[in-house]
Amino acid sequence: MSLASVPGLVEQNEAEHGETTLVVDPARLVEACRYLRDEEGFNFLSDISSVDYLGWGEEPVAGYWGGASGRDLNRPGTWGLSRRPAPKPKRFSVNYHLLSVRSGAREAPRVRVQVWMDDGEDVLSVVEIWPTADWLEREVWDMMGIRFLGHPDLSRILMDDDWEGFPLRKDYPIGGEPVRFSGEE
Amino acid sequence: MAIAPEKRASPIYEGSRIPQPTPSVLRVPEELRRSDDILEVNFGPNHPSTHGVLRLVVELDGERVVGLRAVIGYLHTGFEKSMESKTWWKAIPYAPRMDYLAFQANELAFVLAIEKLLGIEVPPKATWMRMLLTELNRVHSHLVWLGTSALELGAISPFWYTFRERDRVLDLFEMVAGTRMHTRYFQVGGLAEDIPRGFFDECRKFCEAMPAAVDQYEQLLTQNEIWLQRTKGVGLLSAEDAIALGQSGPVLRGSGVDWDLRRTQPYLAYDQVEFDVPVYYNGDVWDRYKVHMDEMRESTRIASQALEGMPGGAWIADDRKVVLPPREELHTSMETLIHHFKLVTEGFRVPEGEVYLAIESPRGEFGCYLCSDGGPKPWRVRFRAPSFVALQATATLMTDALVADMIAAVGSLDTVMGECDR
Repeated sequence: MSLASVPGLVEQNEAEHGETTLVVDPARLVEACRYLRDEEGFNFLSDISSVDYLGWGEEPVAGYWGGASGRDLNRPGTWGLSRRPAPKPKRFSVNYHLLSVRSGAREAPRVRVQVWMDDGEDVLSVVEIWPTADWLEREVWDMMGIRFLGHPDLSRILMDDDWEGFPLRKDYPIGGEPVRFSGEE
Repeated sequence: MAIAPEKRASPIYEGSRIPQPTPSVLRVPEELRRSDDILEVNFGPNHPSTHGVLRLVVELDGERVVGLRAVIGYLHTGFEKSMESKTWWKAIPYAPRMDYLAFQANELAFVLAIEKLLGIEVPPKATWMRMLLTELNRVHSHLVWLGTSALELGAISPFWYTFRERDRVLDLFEMVAGTRMHTRYFQVGGLAEDIPRGFFDECRKFCEAMPAAVDQYEQLLTQNEIWLQRTKGVGLLSAEDAIALGQSGPVLRGSGVDWDLRRTQPYLAYDQVEFDVPVYYNGDVWDRYKVHMDEMRESTRIASQALEGMPGGAWIADDRKVVLPPREELHTSMETLIHHFKLVTEGFRVPEGEVYLAIESPRGEFGCYLCSDGGPKPWRVRFRAPSFVALQATATLMTDALVADMIAAVGSLDTVMGECDR
């Protein structure tokens, strides 16, 4: 697939598992997406998935699930890696899985658009390009705390409106909901 | 080839009906809002006809729906977060539990995605058995959809008939896996156990009986005056809007888009069996109903072919680093015992990388995005839930509609809230 003329393209990776990944400059994301929809026919946004790479490749402890202090499920980390994974450019990645839907087609071309950002950096919203991004972006905000600039109604969608924290971040503990006991105070 | 009814000459409606600026919210026009006649009603979160815990905030002008907003998240249980703390092996049972109807489809997507990262070869018998079971699962899911949707519109008889056949499908699952639902029968590398003796005979009996059963449902509904009036021309969605809103599965095919991942990107052994993709062109509830009916017949057809073409041989790959070794070797071989122990306690390693894998679940494109750092636990698991995406279309479907049609329209999206909220 020749996608070299996508605006803001930083890197094109086709090696892994037969999937094409386009790493795009976050500032030109909307431009790149519009190009992919209008010129390359990717009219269907399958999914937006985000990943938090906090603690990626740190402190491998061979064979055990935990560190010297004992078993700890809530600490971000890796367990028993045979080798350190390749470092990532920034903390978060947001992946847009695009698909080209043609009635009666015999193939399903897919491409993944990837942008990278650190905590506090925003992404541009693509709701005006694919309306289905509405809830998908809200879910990324709700779960990962990544803001989408230009989204018409960026509010929590799965968690309560007044929820604190972003559950899918690696520094958010499992089972960390505070429980009050009657005899505490 | 598509089953081709008369292609509709005129468009379903002019232009796009997707609300602006928020595609999932229908806003009351300002002049109407000022008229002081608008009544806001909470439909749900606990309502018998919302297919789960869904809340629709509806604004009514008499019988007319003028504003609508869907509120979800009541069933959010953090599946994706929980799976990050389990080994790949022990995360498999989580995937089917998101959805009580299409459990095997969800399980399949997760297992296929792990296998894609591992690059492991699956024996043909396991591939064909997976195809057979996911097609039975599609029949199961469509049966429950049909029964409950008809029930919500006042037709109680189809419910009993569809649950009769549903029970037979569940009997087959029980025979294979020991449990009726959430079977966890698909294992990385193949199947969890060999196919039990006698299963093929029972399955063949079911495949022979099923087409006649679908005829029975059609006799009850297809020419039923009330059913026709409640479904024809209700909940309209054009092909362009359906694609823009990311709709997939029966909703997309009911809007005239000839699209099925089983044919456009054949996985398992779908390129070796014959089946048709039903497409209807009016984009209303009736067409979605027809797509579901035809798909049950087609799935039965695929299941019959899978029974005939089922190859013999191994049911799981022979890879000691990923697959549990044969039980009988445990008593005699030290190596086997070590492999068994390491697999159960620590789990297998999945090479570093990320994949997105999508399958055609009963509800449409069910995607699984996996990210691995090379360790025994997933770094990130993400599911593209078709129900989640489908509910975004509610506002578009309910443009210029009456409140009584809301049940039919929302029901026709075939959503399962557990899968939607994960």
